[in-house]
Amino acid sequence: MEWLVPFILTVITASTPLLLAASGELVTEKSGVLNLGVEGMMLVGAIAGFAVTASSGSAILGILAAVVAGVLMSLIFAFLTLSLMANQVATGLALTIFGIGFSALVGSKFVGFAIDPLPALSIPGISAIPVIGPILFGQDFLVYLSIAVVIGVGWFLAKSRAGLVLKAVGDSHHSAHAIGYSVIKIRYLATMFGGAMAGLGGAYLSLSYTPMWAENMTAGRGWIALALVVFATWRPGRLLAGAYMFGLISVMQLHAQGAGIHVPSQFMSMLPYLATVIVLVIISSDRAKIRLNAPACIGQAFRPAQ
Amino acid sequence: MTGDAGAEAMKGNAPAQLEVRGVTKAFPGCLANDDISFRIEPGEIHALLGENGAGKSTLVKIIYGVLQADQGDLIWEGKPVTIHSPHDAREMGVGLVFQHFSLFETMTVLENIALAMNDVRDMAVLRQKVIEVEKTYGLPLDPDRHVYTLSVGERQRIEIVRCLLQNPKLLILDEPTSVLTPQEVEKLFETLRRLADEGCAILYISHKLHEVKALCQRATVLRGGKVVGGCDPREETAKSMAEMMIGQKLTAPDRGKQREFGDVRLDVTDLSLISDEQFGTHLKNINLKVRGGEIMGVAGVAGNGQNELFQALAGETEHEAAPDSIKIDGKSVAHFGPRRRRRLGAAFVPEERNGHGAVPDMSLSENGFLTAFRRMALAARGLIREVPTRSFADNIIKTFDVRTTGAGAEAGSLSGGNLQKFIVGREILQDPGVLVISQPTWGVDAGAASAIHQALLDLAAKGTAVLVISQDLDEIFAICDSVVVMSEGKMSKPRPMADVSIEEIGLLMGGLHDLEGNATPANDMEETGGRVGQA
Repeated sequence: MEWLVPFILTVITASTPLLLAASGELVTEKSGVLNLGVEGMMLVGAIAGFAVTASSGSAILGILAAVVAGVLMSLIFAFLTLSLMANQVATGLALTIFGIGFSALVGSKFVGFAIDPLPALSIPGISAIPVIGPILFGQDFLVYLSIAVVIGVGWFLAKSRAGLVLKAVGDSHHSAHAIGYSVIKIRYLATMFGGAMAGLGGAYLSLSYTPMWAENMTAGRGWIALALVVFATWRPGRLLAGAYMFGLISVMQLHAQGAGIHVPSQFMSMLPYLATVIVLVIISSDRAKIRLNAPACIGQAFRPAQ
Repeated sequence: MTGDAGAEAMKGNAPAQLEVRGVTKAFPGCLANDDISFRIEPGEIHALLGENGAGKSTLVKIIYGVLQADQGDLIWEGKPVTIHSPHDAREMGVGLVFQHFSLFETMTVLENIALAMNDVRDMAVLRQKVIEVEKTYGLPLDPDRHVYTLSVGERQRIEIVRCLLQNPKLLILDEPTSVLTPQEVEKLFETLRRLADEGCAILYISHKLHEVKALCQRATVLRGGKVVGGCDPREETAKSMAEMMIGQKLTAPDRGKQREFGDVRLDVTDLSLISDEQFGTHLKNINLKVRGGEIMGVAGVAGNGQNELFQALAGETEHEAAPDSIKIDGKSVAHFGPRRRRRLGAAFVPEERNGHGAVPDMSLSENGFLTAFRRMALAARGLIREVPTRSFADNIIKTFDVRTTGAGAEAGSLSGGNLQKFIVGREILQDPGVLVISQPTWGVDAGAASAIHQALLDLAAKGTAVLVISQDLDEIFAICDSVVVMSEGKMSKPRPMADVSIEEIGLLMGGLHDLEGNATPANDMEETGGRVGQA
């Protein structure tokens, strides 16, 4: 059983960036905006976090820089799609391509740098309890933050008035506008939250998961986060479960190889997408499930009628 | 008129609830409101009349703070006010029941109400208040139901309840009865009269002039963005008010002489259909026969299977209907798609104009091409014939008086009424043998509606079988030869228009269907069809 604790620890670290980025994207999509630029925002967050941490020596500053970088990226997207009404799908793809290139450009100076990973929580006595100690009380603070964020998002959407307004804007932007809500402003805020969380997810990768910078180090996690939102049918509870499931799948290949079981790595890396396709087929067979949770206006530009 | 309003102001000492003074609003290319002035007293039910494009909606949006006037003042209880947003308007005491509901389908009634309130601290308190208002005004609604499960009448109740909760001093209703049964309309009027008695001013916008006559004490008539007059609807006739609105004499649809009916052209026998929509209505044993030259009306409250019926007739739903359940000119078409049915001479006009009847981002001539290319020979060897396509669109625009910049205009840029005229025109000019048309004049003004009605009558006179699916009973009484009523996916037996009253239809619409539906065995239907023929 001694493999269990390290196994669970790797699952948690693999799941955390997915959970952060997907929680942000869930809020963005609930407001009716489809931002396919998650991968790009994560990469820019990762390099911003790494560069600032490496230069200043402060991980806190690095994390803040990652959040700001994610927000700036999402603002580019929001300006193009919400203010100029560009197509959201095309703009999101462009944002990802831009993020890959831009992060590689900025990051070229930082390849090979080493930084200290984020410190793990350490409570004397409690963190030393076998099994439970390292899993529950021995993580760095971004792990706890990711759980707090998804719970917070769940509470925000289910209980708060602002959350109700956000869902209303995603459900019918014309109705929301007629009642007097500022559709564009609310969507800007939701998109910026998505950017901040993607940046944070990227920072987790470059500051904790593998404390270094490598070109294109997100390796498709932004896309998995996007798939995860649909997989979860836009529900935070399922998002949490899904993130850990996808995290589990992605580390299984390493452990399978370690145990001498040969599964092609390509098969393992396609599993999250395969699972999403299967879930999509299942939920689209029952329109009620989609209809009650999917934001009806997703991806549509809003032009107030005269 | 300014003089009119001024005279009124002089004789009343108390300030008006709302006085609109010289409001002007221009959009690029059109002057939507041109120096509009009128006043609404507390407790008054005031009608705002006008055709589509007369500027009513713009004016309402200015009063509700959605738009800002370029010039002019709004005087609220004697004080000039600036209304920057709907939030401001609600704060002041203006409530608006939208023509197209501003509801959120996937949310509950209570959530929908909360969204339109300026400040909600506690949902439990709000729930209590909602229940109180519902009781006081007799508007039953379950706060926890999701909107998509509600009928249109119930949805409108949400809009009204959410206005009433703010204790409005001015309630604006934009086309509130277009989706209600006659009984529901009566109920709504009771609520409105009661509100007016309590001192609430009501601004009532409707195309249904007999309703205006029954409800309102004063009317202001707009035409082309200007106030062209005012009247007391109780002393006018529906016809005289309609003429004031359109600025010319209105001719009642000419039904021609007693028409002869030909052979059955559209034959539906025992059509049953399970709807695959989550909240759709299943069709149960639909039987109807429409003969050449006959206009049959399908009455009923929205959501009772009319959409499903339309889609089944148009061939839009893939279904497992019995092979002979739908016949066009004697040919079984149940397994045909829309294009094969059109090839047999059928034409279809759906209820939804943008996105269903027309592609909003395409030009009018392209939209004309889409359904007419075969019958009007607009394509040759796989290529579009530009000149005939354009002249076909020009012909529709000219014949049906479509107000647009030309055949190159995007369909989505037209107002609802104008686009409807275009779509109806597109199908009628193809000279179909069978025409199925859903809500032909929904949201269309009196002038355009009478043009559409006349066109349908002319078409029938040429031997076309016309099936009109409509919620507007006036329309059905004006043009149809026979009528069936749909309720919960079932259809009443056909009745000749001459011996059926509006009350009877109202009862059938309300679902008292079984009273006669059960008493009618399937084979009785033939007989009824025969009787209609003699009528």
